[in-house]
Amino acid sequence: MLAEALTLSALLFVIGALGVLIRRNAIIVFLCIEIQLNAVNLSFVALSRYLGIEGQLFVFFVMTVAAAEAAVGLAIIISIFRHYETVHVERFNLLKW
Amino acid sequence: MLEVSFFVLATMALGGAIGVVLHRSPVGSLLFMVGTLASIAGIFVLLEAHFLAAIQVIVYAGAIMVLFLFVIMLLNLGHAHEADLRKGVGAFAAFGVVGALAGVLARQLRGVEQNPIYRLFPGPEGMDRLLAERGIVGAIATPLFTDYLVAFELVGILLLVALVGAVALAKKSV
Repeated sequence: MLAEALTLSALLFVIGALGVLIRRNAIIVFLCIEIQLNAVNLSFVALSRYLGIEGQLFVFFVMTVAAAEAAVGLAIIISIFRHYETVHVERFNLLKW
Repeated sequence: MLEVSFFVLATMALGGAIGVVLHRSPVGSLLFMVGTLASIAGIFVLLEAHFLAAIQVIVYAGAIMVLFLFVIMLLNLGHAHEADLRKGVGAFAAFGVVGALAGVLARQLRGVEQNPIYRLFPGPEGMDRLLAERGIVGAIATPLFTDYLVAFELVGILLLVALVGAVALAKKSV
């Protein structure tokens, strides 16, 4: 079960990374980051079967930080949308060379 | 039986994740994401992490996804059907990076259960004994409120800071 769960976690992480790289909608990029966090949580839980309960505690903390990150990130998206009227990440090019 | 349910849930999780990446409408992506999170909660149950499965459904699939849905509805992005996949060189670079990442991750997984370092830790038998003795909530709560108490309190402060920051950022007039 451990190897299968870790493989699933790796595949989910890769799909999340692909989504972050190829989508331009800022909200979808956020969702893909959440997929990556979940992939890491899955490998923590799978390894905690072998290495002790601390892995599950880490997942607990990761979920808390993910909730905080989602709240702040969505607030930033709202305030950017007020300014640019879009959530396309390629339009936010003020700092681009 | 365990293996069969694992593979069903894993297929659902992967399909949901691919749906998140490929679906055109943000609301569709979000619903695929809820499916992925629910499948991962099921896998947590199979891995004997019942408390985290409950938290996953309540906090992630409940609270965080509703927050995303609320923002999509607030900004009226539900019917944004413009194609927004990157094309050309960027896409190829993305596939290169992702492929390399997949290769590195797959290499890490070879023979993971035979690694001698696992003998230093309790292993599945030790975990089963702990769970039978304390139950899953007790097994998590004891270290959470003793060894990791400082981290727990800091996470509480972090949530408060995020709350205030989110309100300040999303306020109409700055």
